[in-house]
Amino acid sequence: MPERSSDNTYFLKDVRLLDPSQGLDREGHLHIRDGKVAGIGDLEIPRSGKGPVIAGNGWVVAPGLVDVHAHFREPGFEYKETIATGSQSAVSGGFTSVCVMANTDPVNDHPGVTLDMIRKADDIGLCRVFPIGAVSVGLKGETLTEMGSLAQAGCVGFSDDGYPVRTSRLLKRALEYSAMFGKPVIDHCEDRDLSDGGVMNEGWVATELGLRGIPNASEEVIVSRDLEVLKTTNGHLHIAHLSTAGAVRLVREAKRRHLNVTAETCPHYFSLTDEAVRCHHADAKMNPPLRSEEDRLAIIEGLRDGTIDMIATDHAPHAPFEKEKEFDQAPFGIIGLETALSLGIVLVREGMLDLTSLLYLMSVRPARAFGLPRGEIREGGRADLVLFDPDGMWEAGIPSFLSRSRNSPFRGRKLPGRVMMTFVDGRKVFDRREGGS
Amino acid sequence: MDALRTPHLLTVSDLTPGEMEGIFRTADSFLDLSSRTVKKVPSLRGKTVVNLFYEPSTRTRTSFEIAAKRLSADVINITTSQSSVVKGESLLDTVRTIEALGADGVVIRHPASGVPEWISRRVGCHVINAGDGLHEHPTQALLDLFTIQKRKGRLKGLRVAIVGDILHSRVARSNIRAMSLMGISVRLVGPPTLIPKDRGDWNAEVFHDLREGISDCDVVMALRLQLERATANYIPSLKEYAKFYGISPSVLQSARPDVLVLHPGPINRGIEIQDEEGFREHSGILDQVHFGVGIRMAVLYLLMAGGNKGEGNA
Repeated sequence: MPERSSDNTYFLKDVRLLDPSQGLDREGHLHIRDGKVAGIGDLEIPRSGKGPVIAGNGWVVAPGLVDVHAHFREPGFEYKETIATGSQSAVSGGFTSVCVMANTDPVNDHPGVTLDMIRKADDIGLCRVFPIGAVSVGLKGETLTEMGSLAQAGCVGFSDDGYPVRTSRLLKRALEYSAMFGKPVIDHCEDRDLSDGGVMNEGWVATELGLRGIPNASEEVIVSRDLEVLKTTNGHLHIAHLSTAGAVRLVREAKRRHLNVTAETCPHYFSLTDEAVRCHHADAKMNPPLRSEEDRLAIIEGLRDGTIDMIATDHAPHAPFEKEKEFDQAPFGIIGLETALSLGIVLVREGMLDLTSLLYLMSVRPARAFGLPRGEIREGGRADLVLFDPDGMWEAGIPSFLSRSRNSPFRGRKLPGRVMMTFVDGRKVFDRREGGS
Repeated sequence: MDALRTPHLLTVSDLTPGEMEGIFRTADSFLDLSSRTVKKVPSLRGKTVVNLFYEPSTRTRTSFEIAAKRLSADVINITTSQSSVVKGESLLDTVRTIEALGADGVVIRHPASGVPEWISRRVGCHVINAGDGLHEHPTQALLDLFTIQKRKGRLKGLRVAIVGDILHSRVARSNIRAMSLMGISVRLVGPPTLIPKDRGDWNAEVFHDLREGISDCDVVMALRLQLERATANYIPSLKEYAKFYGISPSVLQSARPDVLVLHPGPINRGIEIQDEEGFREHSGILDQVHFGVGIRMAVLYLLMAGGNKGEGNA
């Protein structure tokens, strides 16, 4: 539970201060007071009486993580997740800001829905929730939403996620119109005609398991379309959950042409391949699907060379009774907020990324790309922070995740990187020592 | 007894070549039964076999039913039209209910790939895959191999062409595996739209020309073409498919003179099989039906007669 007491001062003692936004990486202390970062570095730590002193043990303090792509399912699907459980899941994974998708019921295509989400999140008082509005009314791909009113209500971007923006013309209008608010249009790039009812990656594993395949081209065709349309507008296109080598190439090329495009991938696309479907079944079913090893390596390369701007979770909770089904029938999606940092740290351990770059991809860059005033540690700045033990090992999801759902192919896997505490606006919103798994 | 290591038969890969030979031996001994006046043995007396069919099937369901009855098991048939499936009871609930009612074995046919395997990890009784989606149909492959062995006297070293819609065929998937295991060399013949591009460790040569594909083959296995493949543009029309891939007496001239023709049924006559009368002596299609009962008796017997429940061996 959040602390709202007068205990608004903390000293984080003997920590590794790491802020990729300013090249900060040093040992020292950090002082939080009245919601702000009051001091960084060689501070004098009071003996007593001036707020709790937290022994940092050399753990890392970094800007709170920012997820630009999650599903909190409220309103409408509270049996999968709520804003409350999603927020708990987020802060236990080190996330202080989460952008939530519009495919709720009712759809977030109306400022009333947006305001309601923000109000609820504020009442809960854990992470910041930044709603993403729908591109089209009811996600139907027909009528543009009132983007101006949605932006005024607090939407930070627009997406029909779950579906691609249906037509090229709608995408063009959305990019043109949203440009005046400086908000991105986020596309789930999938040619559903090519996906043709597929349920996993097209490839040998699908052949052998007798499951219908989704070809890489399904993603790449729409990424191409989107980039060509983007060129004709002044908008900002953000490509959701990049999963294929070809899509990485397309985005790399587009950036070379200075198009206003950003892209995210998710931890599962750099951690797993379609082989995971063999043992994790529907817990390894998401859209886009887990791809081949070649794709996985291309995604990592994209993260390394800046083609892919950020890591998002696409946290997509589904109830056990929905996933406990025939593979064909189970819904797409896995949860990700509680395992994202650890899976990133696996990449660091494998020498694919350094920790600073990882944190850049998980906080600084997403905050900047989405215009969120977050993702840095500065004196006098907002105290949205994560304290984690990069070497701490834990068993994911055992005994349980804090999310209401448990659909994760990583459940039971031993992972490095343990979030110890999370602060939002200087309030301690998560503390491993006080329980939580 | 040629016992099986596996408590379930889910895929052909559950079996070793030795176990397959054991199944064939057992099937042979049961086949003698069908020529007797009393066609029953008491091997599975007191056991209950449930045929749980989520897809229409006359041939396979009847074959399993006769097999189980000849072994003196009690047989219950559940098909989607009469079960609570239509009331929305979930698959898992259905199977757990059946188990709680005392089933010792469940023979399951389901349109979704992977369902029998998924079920087998959640129940204690034996699970036998009677065809799941596009995935596998292991007893069909066993009876196909058994038919080939009976007709050809051997398996090793033979050359088999599987013709048609490989992409959507569980029969093909099981046969490719089983045939490779038994030392048969496999060819796949069909248009590129109906052959998977990613064939991994399938040790099979691909042909698009039928005559070339079946040349020098000992066995030609035609697959059933689902008629809706034409509307989904996998093929331009049934007429064109029949023209390029229909098995007819004249086409069979390209194969070995003693070629054996198989088809898992039901046949679309005039499409994948044309003028069967013209190659009657080469057809093994009715043998497949006959031997199918023996194979299914053998599988039920070898899995269930030992008295050990599924979880014991898992």
